[in-house]
Amino acid sequence: MTELYVLLAAMLIAALVAIEIRDLLAAAVALGIVGFSVAIMFILLQAPDLAIVQIVVETMTVVFFAAVILRTTNVDGTLPGGFTRSMVFPAAMYGIFGVLFLVAVGRALGALPAFGSPTMLVAGQYIALGLERTGAANVVAAIILDFRGYDTLGEATVLFTAVVGVLTITRRAGRKERLGGGES
Amino acid sequence: MRGMSPIVQVIARLLAGMLFLFGTYVVLHGHLTPGGGFAGGVLIAAAFILMSLAFGSVEQTERNSYTLSSVIESLGGVLFVSLALAGYAAGTFFFQNAAVYGTGTPLKLISGGIILPANIAIGIKVGAGLFAIFLALGASRFVMKD
Repeated sequence: MTELYVLLAAMLIAALVAIEIRDLLAAAVALGIVGFSVAIMFILLQAPDLAIVQIVVETMTVVFFAAVILRTTNVDGTLPGGFTRSMVFPAAMYGIFGVLFLVAVGRALGALPAFGSPTMLVAGQYIALGLERTGAANVVAAIILDFRGYDTLGEATVLFTAVVGVLTITRRAGRKERLGGGES
Repeated sequence: MRGMSPIVQVIARLLAGMLFLFGTYVVLHGHLTPGGGFAGGVLIAAAFILMSLAFGSVEQTERNSYTLSSVIESLGGVLFVSLALAGYAAGTFFFQNAAVYGTGTPLKLISGGIILPANIAIGIKVGAGLFAIFLALGASRFVMKD
């Protein structure tokens, strides 16, 4: 599992670079490093389907970012200059929250099995106990609507967001205004 | 949107009912056989899309079904979340299933706790959502040209 920790370190460094660097194209490439590292981690953890999705999404994201940056500007003008007095309170709050979070995570992680091993433990439990625990004969339904109900809620939210996005872009008010200008 | 030829209309009239029925079957038997809310919802939306492509529609009808289907889509989402929240009402956690409702007899239609109603909610949501996307993307453009 050493390679997982190497990937995690690379992702942390790339994420920091993406935030701090002034060249936007380099920031987009750093973001790509984070995403493709996640894809490699999915492969190492025996989830090739997720890896394929991650590669597709990440490639599209990086290409999209690169296209936008090459057509507009390359320099990030919004990076803050220095540390001002108004930033003291938020910075202190971030620090306190970070310390509390790390303490809580440190205590919680002690109760978990080691990261990434054994790889198929949870999946085996789902298949073995699906019928007994949920009463659903279809083990896929038992997993997506019972054991992993949160995931399905997220998927439903994705669909809802897609519908809202489409309806917002194509709504009548905006379309009529634009057509009225173009047709005459 | 203009309709299509009489051949398409006759076949569509024969198929649409069966598509809707099969979609309902896939939704209701999601916990027993392959399928479920997402697949069945797509079939139900396909029945509506087939009918509106074959027979065409006037702009006012389209605008009404567009509003109605986005409302139904949101209702499906609300139903799904309230099923999840019902776990809190029963004194346990989000998406609690078997401990609250029991598992029933496996392989019977009424079994699996909230999996059946959750499939119905997702089926309503996906069906109405896809039809709303179809109306927004495809149909309104034809209306504008006519």
